[in-house]
Amino acid sequence: MKAIVNVALKKGVLDDQGKATHHALDTLGFKEVVSDVRIGKQIIMELNCDSKDAAKQEAVKMCEKLLANTVIEDYEIEIIG
Amino acid sequence: MNVTVLQFPGTNCEYDTQYAFEKLGAKVTVVWHKETLIPENTDLVVIPGGFSYGDYLRSGAIARFAPIMDSVTSFANAGGKVLGICNGFQILLEAGLLPGAMKRNDTLHFISKYSHLKIINNDNKFLEKLDVNEVVNIPVAHHDGNYFIDDEGLQELEKNDQIILKYCDENGNIESLNGSVSQIAGISNKQKNIFGLMPHPERAIESILGCDDGVKMLQGFFNK
Repeated sequence: MKAIVNVALKKGVLDDQGKATHHALDTLGFKEVVSDVRIGKQIIMELNCDSKDAAKQEAVKMCEKLLANTVIEDYEIEIIG
Repeated sequence: MNVTVLQFPGTNCEYDTQYAFEKLGAKVTVVWHKETLIPENTDLVVIPGGFSYGDYLRSGAIARFAPIMDSVTSFANAGGKVLGICNGFQILLEAGLLPGAMKRNDTLHFISKYSHLKIINNDNKFLEKLDVNEVVNIPVAHHDGNYFIDDEGLQELEKNDQIILKYCDENGNIESLNGSVSQIAGISNKQKNIFGLMPHPERAIESILGCDDGVKMLQGFFNK
C-alpha cells in the first residue's frame, strides 16, 4: 500500500519560496494566469498495512511525530491501495 | 564548569565550541549522538551548529530523535542549562524544548556574515554579563534562520521576557536579517534555563580574528 504525504506551510505562514517563485512566473509572462504559488514537499511511502484505514492512521502518526512540523506546516495524506 | 557538547553526523561547530569554552576555563566533553547519557557532572549542555543529518526533511527534525536527546530533555526539564547555537537552536525548536519553528530565510539565500545583535533581556544566566540595549557583533551562518511563532506565542514570549536577542544595525536600530518574526535572533524558555540563538558566539572569541564579543555571552554561564 502506498501513502503519498504532501506537506506545505500553513495558510497563515508566509511562504517565501512560493512568493519568489510566483514573482518569477509573473516576470515570465504568467502574471494573468497565476494567482498563488505555494511550495511544499511530497513524501512517498510503501506501507505494510492490511487496510487503507490502518495505513491512514499510521501515516497520521508519522506526520504528527516527524514528517510535518505542525507549528508551521499542514499535511495531506493520500492512500493508494 | 563542565560543558557537554553534543555531536551528530553533520555537526561542524563542536570543536570551535569546545575551544571557546576551554579558553574560558571550562572542562569540555564532546558526546556522540548515539550515547544515551550525558556525563553526570554536566553543568551546561551545548548543542552546536552544523547540518545534523544534512538538514534532511527539516533542519533539526531528525537529530531531535537521536538517542542522546532523551537524556538532554530530562536534564533540561530538571532545570539543567542548555544552549542551542544555530543548528542547535533548530534542534531545540524541533524537540519542543523551545517554542516556535524555523523557516527558510526570507531572502532565500544562505547568510554568512557578521551581524549586530541587541540585548533585549539579560535577566538570565546567559546574558547577565551584558546590558539591556547593548549591541554585540557576532557572526551568523544559516539558511533556515527565519524564526516563526504565531501572534499568541509572540505575546507569551514578550510577556515572560523570553526574547533575549534581536538583529539590529551597528547603532542598535532593530532591523531584519532573515525575516524572523519581530527580528528575533535568540530566545529562552519560560524558566530561563534553555537558550537558543542563530548567531555563533563561539566564533567571536579572539580579538586578533576580528571580534571577541562572544566571550561576554558565553562567560555568563560561568557565574554561579
